[in-house]
Amino acid sequence: MNASRQQEETNTKALSGAEVLLRVLVEQEVEVVFGYPGGAVLPIYDALFRQNRIRHILVRHEQAAVHAAEAYARSTGKVGVVLVTSGPGATNAVTGLVDALMDSIPLICLSGQVPTALIGNDAFQEADTTGITRPATKHNYLVKRPSDLAPIVREAFEVASGGRPGPVLIDLPKDITVGNAPLPTSGEGRLHRRYAPRLDADADAIKQTIAAMKRAKRPLFYTGGGIINSGPKASEGLRELARRTGVPVTSTLMGLGAFPTTDKQFLGMLGMHGSYEANLATHGCDLLIALGSRFDDRVTGRVDAFSPNSFKVHADIDPAQINKIIKIDVPLLGDVGRTIEALLQAWDGEGQDLSPWWAQIEGWRALDSLGFQQDMSPEAIIRPQYAVRRLYEMTQRLGRDTFVTTEVGQHQMWAAQHFQFDKPNRWLTSGGLGTMGYGLPAAVGAQIAHPDALVIDIAGEASTLMNIQELGTIAQYRLPVKLFILNNRYMGMVRQWQELLHGSRYSQSYSEALPDFIRLAEAFHGTGLRATNVGELDGVIEKMLAHDGPVVADICVAQDENCFPMIPSGAPHNEMLLGPDQEANAAKITQEGMMLV
Amino acid sequence: MAQDIQNAVIAVLIENESGALARVVGLFSGRGYNIESLTVSAVDAERKLSRITVVTSGTEMVIAQIKAQLARLIPVHGVCDLTATGPHVAREMALVKVVSHGETRTEGMRIADAFRAHIVDTTSGSFVFELTGSTEKLDAFVELMRPLGLAEVSRTGIAAIGRGPQTFYSNQESF
Ligand SMILES: Cc1ncc(C[n+]2csc(CCOP(=O)(O)OP(=O)(O)O)c2C)c(N)n1
Repeated sequence: MNASRQQEETNTKALSGAEVLLRVLVEQEVEVVFGYPGGAVLPIYDALFRQNRIRHILVRHEQAAVHAAEAYARSTGKVGVVLVTSGPGATNAVTGLVDALMDSIPLICLSGQVPTALIGNDAFQEADTTGITRPATKHNYLVKRPSDLAPIVREAFEVASGGRPGPVLIDLPKDITVGNAPLPTSGEGRLHRRYAPRLDADADAIKQTIAAMKRAKRPLFYTGGGIINSGPKASEGLRELARRTGVPVTSTLMGLGAFPTTDKQFLGMLGMHGSYEANLATHGCDLLIALGSRFDDRVTGRVDAFSPNSFKVHADIDPAQINKIIKIDVPLLGDVGRTIEALLQAWDGEGQDLSPWWAQIEGWRALDSLGFQQDMSPEAIIRPQYAVRRLYEMTQRLGRDTFVTTEVGQHQMWAAQHFQFDKPNRWLTSGGLGTMGYGLPAAVGAQIAHPDALVIDIAGEASTLMNIQELGTIAQYRLPVKLFILNNRYMGMVRQWQELLHGSRYSQSYSEALPDFIRLAEAFHGTGLRATNVGELDGVIEKMLAHDGPVVADICVAQDENCFPMIPSGAPHNEMLLGPDQEANAAKITQEGMMLV
Repeated sequence: MAQDIQNAVIAVLIENESGALARVVGLFSGRGYNIESLTVSAVDAERKLSRITVVTSGTEMVIAQIKAQLARLIPVHGVCDLTATGPHVAREMALVKVVSHGETRTEGMRIADAFRAHIVDTTSGSFVFELTGSTEKLDAFVELMRPLGLAEVSRTGIAAIGRGPQTFYSNQESF
């Protein structure tokens, strides 16, 4: 052992594992930890108390800690950090971990564990956390030796953020955090082979893609959350690439904002509740370039009828995404931002004339598939789509940086369809897992990360009740979060499927015994507002936006509204349902669409 | 599109740490992939590596998925599809217990001899044979022993390695 190393060991001898842990978190530039205490993590909480570099946000439920950290991560581009206790603390975090895994969110979850000597003895608050979370994480660790602590934490950050990002759990037995632990010099003591995903796509594949782009008469970019994960440069690159090639752009739910949704070249979202033009373009294109998207079944619908006549290029950092569902002609394995950069460099501007393609697209667009009827008399019932549009328009006037989170259900789809996002990282929703109860804690995370921004959770009343306790967190930290509930008194999305597929037998989907949301807000030291008709809507939104504290706005909307357009599951993209009274109409339009594609 | 089900013998080098095998097995069960045989043992004490040989089946796309999914597990050092990278040898070992007397006893010994099975335990009324070879050879042996008093079988599953001077690392696919 050399002298300096020895010196360092003596210097750090007095540090407990918990202190070493916090030092490594500081070294990893962690500023905020979302968590909930318990016996197994008390040493860490004690160490937190005795420092002021890392801020701890006390949530009311561990699931919420994970969602808050997810939104923190997605809205900042940093790694989110969660701290939970052993047993029930860790099991409560599982839903959040799977959510982060499905949506590729970089996260570190630190869980307490009973002392090493008690592991496997059914000790109080013991759970096989690494066993339970193995399929719920990108990777997980059980720290068994004090000397492993720092290297594991460092490696965990690398794994969480490298390649396709994801959640990593570190299980920390209490004796590890209580006992002394050495703090190795930076970078030392990596446990695994260097985790080094490939960043640059194959040059030959880039060439083939460019050749395909030159040949294509009906090309389409199908963009996903990978572009947002890759960082702001990827979004900038995409805008540039779209502008220079004139290729239309469609996006997944997770990709919204990577390309401005207000741009003329944007066709709207594709998939189950995507726009008519996006889905018919997907069906009819001759070149489909998937950029950081993973061919989710909500996007592809019937796999054998998905974009049947296109040459397919897929850019993704995760080799396991390529050819997973759809056969790909050219894989571009690497960071999607760098891939876009490479495509930009190789593109010399000589493509086909795309004006016939655009004419076709404009034809589809003219149908205005996201249109809806709103009776404008003051007493009229509020259509949920209209409420979202007004919310968007009125927030626009403020010119503030705005973050939107959602719960899961019809309101989520209406938010995706009718709120506009011109920047990446502003749209925070649970795409892969579809977790009700995501939005409110996510709003906490986004507001902590961006204290001056406007943060709105567009919610359904049923989802709201899944993590309603987070109004407590919002009150404690005086977060001016706006909870905008589209209250249809139904689990609307369930109701819609029951209507379409189960003969309108609304089994258990009516939200009975709802709380009075105004008094609920007040009980949590916030402000409650309600709009029951069109005449009241703008006033409520205005008050909500003007108030600088937390607001719960109960927007009572049409109870029987369905979310259209819609590809009924199992149908191809050119067989969309366009609206309630359009089932017959849909057939006609579909035929028309078929002729065009 | 060709949807033919094919077999694949895949070798995986993996960090020898607790939970590593569970990750691999969990991947197969969680994603509904088939496991026909799975063997694992430490092969490199110095670098703390274990080698897993897994025999699986699926369409070409599924097998490509399995390999990509395996490769992205953090403790995995490498994945090599022995079926795809050239000829390989695959061997399995079986311990076969036969309980018999008289005529059948001699018949059992004769067959064992023909299969080059070793007798590793014997009493006046029983044998334990040890037999190494291809899965088919082991299957055939077990079938022949069945009428002769087959009482118990223990098999290791397949261990496989590529033929010739090529090694795991030179044959490994890059992901
Ligand atoms: C945790 C969880 N449980 C169940 C579901 C199934 N689910 C999807 S949407 C939905 C209804 C949501 O109702 P609400 O929050 O009122 O939103 P709406 O559809 O009415 O806008 C349900 C139960 C889910 N996505 N998540």
